[in-house]
Amino acid sequence: MKKQTIWNILTVSLLALHTVPAAAQDATTINLKSLAATCANCHGTNGKAFEGSAVVTLAGLPKDYIVTQMKAFASGQRPATIMHQLAKGYSDTQIEQIASYFAAQKK
Amino acid sequence: MIQRRSFLHTSAAISLLGLGACATTASIPAKAKVVVIGGGYGGATAAKYVRLLSEYKIDVVMIEPNYNFVSCPISNLVIGGSKQLADLTTPYSGLSSNHGVTVVRDTVTSIDPSKKTVTLSQGQSIAYDKLIVSPGIDLNFASIEGLKAASESGQILQAWKAGAETVALRKQLEAMPDGGTYAIAIPLAPYRCPPGPYERASQVAWYFKTKKPKSKVLILDANPDVTSKGPLFKAVWANDYKGILEYRGNHKTVAVDARTNTVKFDVQDDVTATVLNVLPAMRAGQIALQTGLANQANNNWCGVNYVTFESTSAKDIHILGDSIQIAPGMPKSGHMANSQAKVCATAVVAQLSGWEVNVAPMLTNTCYSFVDDKRVVHVASVHQIGQFDGRTTFVTVPGSGGVTAAATGATELEGVYAMNWAKNIWADTLG
Repeated sequence: MKKQTIWNILTVSLLALHTVPAAAQDATTINLKSLAATCANCHGTNGKAFEGSAVVTLAGLPKDYIVTQMKAFASGQRPATIMHQLAKGYSDTQIEQIASYFAAQKK
Repeated sequence: MIQRRSFLHTSAAISLLGLGACATTASIPAKAKVVVIGGGYGGATAAKYVRLLSEYKIDVVMIEPNYNFVSCPISNLVIGGSKQLADLTTPYSGLSSNHGVTVVRDTVTSIDPSKKTVTLSQGQSIAYDKLIVSPGIDLNFASIEGLKAASESGQILQAWKAGAETVALRKQLEAMPDGGTYAIAIPLAPYRCPPGPYERASQVAWYFKTKKPKSKVLILDANPDVTSKGPLFKAVWANDYKGILEYRGNHKTVAVDARTNTVKFDVQDDVTATVLNVLPAMRAGQIALQTGLANQANNNWCGVNYVTFESTSAKDIHILGDSIQIAPGMPKSGHMANSQAKVCATAVVAQLSGWEVNVAPMLTNTCYSFVDDKRVVHVASVHQIGQFDGRTTFVTVPGSGGVTAAATGATELEGVYAMNWAKNIWADTLG
């Protein structure tokens, strides 16, 4: 019972903390993270693939490189097994946003 | 009690407050901002991403009965014999140690949508602000006469939820004398993992070809034709498994006779096989059914608002993965559940923070199927919010998506990508 009481107090105090959102975090930020997270299934959370992965780590790649490669996949200029099909699903604006996000992530 | 406590992984936030010593002995919390039911691809990803996207400010409790995550994708390779169950098993500890998710090893026996509480198997209840329900599928044994008893006795297996049954089916195939027949019966779509039965049949055919060459594989499909990657699978079957694997469409199973190991159909002649793998019709997971969340397609699947994945029948209850009524072109797959979970987590964090919800979320799906121990074919798609039949739903982005090029067919290169996909998505879901 004692432990339960401690837990409740902690929970209440934590909830109080939760009501104050961080300044850096807003709807635009999480929507961008969420868009970039559509790549994470294959390329790893925040663009960090596992060590030695044949699917590249996107985190820390230059923005222009990501944009160029996505457009090369979409146009068929860069041959691929699957990326040409996925690249065609994103608008130019979305590609720019995703590329900026991953370029800003630490490797 | 001790045993259950040892599987409680408490919030990192608590440790930060200098009370880390309580971490292994804390009770189940009475309340959490977000409670997640089910630790599959949908639930585990949602739990992790609510923590990530809220910058660890929103507390999350995830309730899951299993000790470890066992992946359905790749599990057909255990049946084929080229992988072991351990290869596709990941502990839940990463969610707690890396992200501060409180993982409770238990089962939810009921949800009270009006009081906003869930009740666990021992009677404790947890209150929530937001509930995320990701219970996977329920196998509707009543759809096939005789199947429930035959399944419970261990004779006619399904192995459609990866785990001990996957290994049991592999053992049946190993015990089968050369010259026997393995038959897989497939229900009408929609069911979990559209290409899964064809991948499994290919895996068994590869095993027979290499180890039991006088044996046969029979696919008994309730659907009129192969429901996913049809031309690619058929090319492999014609080139690699000719004389071993036979496909029969329009075979809707209605009953099994365990005494003679026979399958009966609505129209076609009975089929007897040495090893039977009979998949019944599927529907939303039990907890969704009993809570009345399955309000679509004869109350088999759960209707959701696709922008938030909130239930169309219960406020503040969000539903993910195989349990939902699918949008056009949306498969019931692990990758899709992971994608949905991120959209849902984003909406839940926005709602709890008082922000506007993103009205234009995106989903991807990538699905690899192994046709032997090394070669793979895929299907991929990208989905955006759009209009279909006068409804707001997910639609595939025009011009995107596709399957492995027919000219190359199954390749070892895609096999490499498939295993890399698996390792990365397991880490994205659980790490």
